[in-house]
Amino acid sequence: MATTIHQPPQIDPQSLLDQGRSGNGGWRNLVPADGDLRVALDHSPPPSSTAIYVVLFAITMMFAAFTSALIVRKGSSLDWQTFTLPSILYFNTLLLLASSVTLEVSRRRVAALMGGLKSQGGSPARWLYITLFLGLLFVGGQYVAWSQLRAEGLYLATNPSSSFFYLMTATHALHVLGGLGGLIYVIRKLSKSALLRSQLVATARYWHFMGILWLYLLLLLWMKL
Amino acid sequence: MLAHAAHHGPPTSFIRKYVFSLDHKVIGKQYYALALVAALVGMALSWFMRIHLAWTSAAIPGLQLLTKNGAPGGVMTPEFYLQLMTMHGTIMVFFVLTTAPFAAFGNFFLPIQVGAEDMPFPRFNMMSFWVTFTGFVVLMASFFTGDGPTLGGWTQYAPLNAVGPVGGPGQGLGVILWAASIALFCVGQLLGSLNFIPTTLDLRAKGMSLMRLPLSAWAWFITSCMGLTAFAVLMPACILVILDHVAGTSFFVASNLVMNDQLLPHSGGSTLLWQHLFWFFGHPEVYIAIVPGIGIVSHILITNMRKPMLSHRVLIYSMGALAVLSYMVYGHHMFVSGMNPFSSLAFSFPTLVITIPSTIVVLIWTFSLYGSKLRINSASLFALGFISMFVSGGVSGFFLAQPSIDIMLHATYFVVGHFHLVMGVAAMFGIFGGTYFWFPKMAGRMMDETLGKIHFWLSFVGAYCIFMPFHYLGMAGNVRRYSTFVDDFLQPLIRVHRFITVAALITGAAQLIFLYNLIHSRFWGKPAPDNPWEATSLEWSTPTPPPWDNFGGKLPVVYHDPYQYGVQSSVGDYVMQTSPEQVKKEHDEK
Repeated sequence: MATTIHQPPQIDPQSLLDQGRSGNGGWRNLVPADGDLRVALDHSPPPSSTAIYVVLFAITMMFAAFTSALIVRKGSSLDWQTFTLPSILYFNTLLLLASSVTLEVSRRRVAALMGGLKSQGGSPARWLYITLFLGLLFVGGQYVAWSQLRAEGLYLATNPSSSFFYLMTATHALHVLGGLGGLIYVIRKLSKSALLRSQLVATARYWHFMGILWLYLLLLLWMKL
Repeated sequence: MLAHAAHHGPPTSFIRKYVFSLDHKVIGKQYYALALVAALVGMALSWFMRIHLAWTSAAIPGLQLLTKNGAPGGVMTPEFYLQLMTMHGTIMVFFVLTTAPFAAFGNFFLPIQVGAEDMPFPRFNMMSFWVTFTGFVVLMASFFTGDGPTLGGWTQYAPLNAVGPVGGPGQGLGVILWAASIALFCVGQLLGSLNFIPTTLDLRAKGMSLMRLPLSAWAWFITSCMGLTAFAVLMPACILVILDHVAGTSFFVASNLVMNDQLLPHSGGSTLLWQHLFWFFGHPEVYIAIVPGIGIVSHILITNMRKPMLSHRVLIYSMGALAVLSYMVYGHHMFVSGMNPFSSLAFSFPTLVITIPSTIVVLIWTFSLYGSKLRINSASLFALGFISMFVSGGVSGFFLAQPSIDIMLHATYFVVGHFHLVMGVAAMFGIFGGTYFWFPKMAGRMMDETLGKIHFWLSFVGAYCIFMPFHYLGMAGNVRRYSTFVDDFLQPLIRVHRFITVAALITGAAQLIFLYNLIHSRFWGKPAPDNPWEATSLEWSTPTPPPWDNFGGKLPVVYHDPYQYGVQSSVGDYVMQTSPEQVKKEHDEK
């Protein structure tokens, strides 16, 4: 027969966690037992670590759409004219790869600082500035590449091959500019000693992804144009 | 190191509180208001079209105000009919069916249901709404600029979408505004996904495992994953269309195309390319509109059945399967596009397979409802209505999934009836159900139940009176997208069209009851208690309306699965997720 429980037994929150049912937020450690917000903040993992993958996935899908459009467009007609990629693109590639290295150096120094270790050989900010400079050089280099193509008479609408070249490199450059904005944000936060490691990590992931994306684009354009 | 559950304090100024609010609840209400306005506009446009279809020469007073040359004397031209049709489809699919069940309810309730005090990136969330709002304004602006909005249909097929003004009214500036509006909408929804996904994965309260999330939260999470993939493809497609217009590129217009005696300057573009890009978004979009409804309806039904669904897990897996399969079936929209017949076969198979998770969902609902003592209220009635529409519209999908039948029916009203029932009306019923269910929490007042039930019955019967005859029309060969039916074989069908138009006018008018109920209850409704439906999930454990940080500074701890109904506890036949009380289920005692 059904009975009303007058004094409900309390469940020990810890026992839920021990049941292997991924309590405590399930995905990662989230909130301590007493539910106090400020304590919670101390222990919460940064949503930016998930969010950055959301951003990278969206960018991947966008370039996947451009890639499939390029392949379909090239195969659908005989008007595709190939052209040689401006050689400065290879130099720009080196710049972007170098900027990934400098950012990684900076990220490790920040990690060391936050871990209480003494900084070795220069502040992290210096390496961030170098990364920023290299990123700006890359965008400038891309502009030089566009100028060279224009000088050859290859404009956006000249041929589908040049259309896709400008479209994909410009879209990539815009995303690199977004990454530069992220770097400036990180530098400002670092100068105020208010930088979260998660913010730097997210920015670094984005920046490295820009490098990988560029390598992919270069390969695609080199093969298809 | 501090991570961020919320970046903002309580709002202090009017602008920060009601306009550029960072609070997910206000943003959710803003999305709801946008969807409401969009739905009224879309419905008005459908009225104009229906009146014209039934009484072709009838003048509609005031129609001239919407167009320069499209309605001389209030009688619409064929081109203006197509412009209205395009805008009706675009407004309804994007700014109502995506905006209301996903962005509006999801924004308001997802953080509360997972036990967070806000989305992780409130500024992006605010941008998400305002970018979407701007997209709507840009779309509406096309009514009042140039020669009106585009007439190419909500699918904007190439090459018509890229040929420019030579293609007809609205094919110049109208298309550019359409593509810009949709690109903005995509950005808004991507920003939404950027918040929804980390909210679900990272901001859950202690004890809130993934399987303890309510079905509505699961639905929003799955939808945000779908949106992330779909809108990230539609946006570049829109950019390509705009470039074909303004930069002289040739992505979508083939060589030597002559239109209206003009040789177009484009060369070599692929018309099929647009269809591939569009439908890769377009079919998942159907599920972006309907999956939140599945979650909302399940959530409502469980609360009113006072027992959980037969299988919580299988429902979640089915929604996930719908999401994954939705990307593999998009080619079934292109059976008549001239693509390789083997491709049709390849797309036909997953299209039939996708009926399996849909069927499983319906069977779980049906058998869970069987023998339950369902509490009949406006919310549960609309939930039942959702199932009815979903099944009725879904059954015709079996026919259309087969290329040989689809080729016959594709350009007819059969397809129009199919997608209006399964995607349009069903999703609308989900929105209505969600509104009646959650209004007390959103507005702090109860809606009028009697008016709600009248609204349901008029909408339910009305929707069937409108859309069931569409199937008959389609099988009788009634071609869609025609503004008048002058052919001999279509003449006898005009009587059916008149019946549909009368039904549409009455059903549309019934929505005004809902509007009245919504506005009247907002200001003069009975004050709502914190938990009027005796429900278990976290949104009902907060005060009504919830404070700006949802839980008053204390994050909840979750002890139970989301749907602990049919139990015996100190409060009744349910235990809230936040209650540490340990209870026995009724069937445990037997």
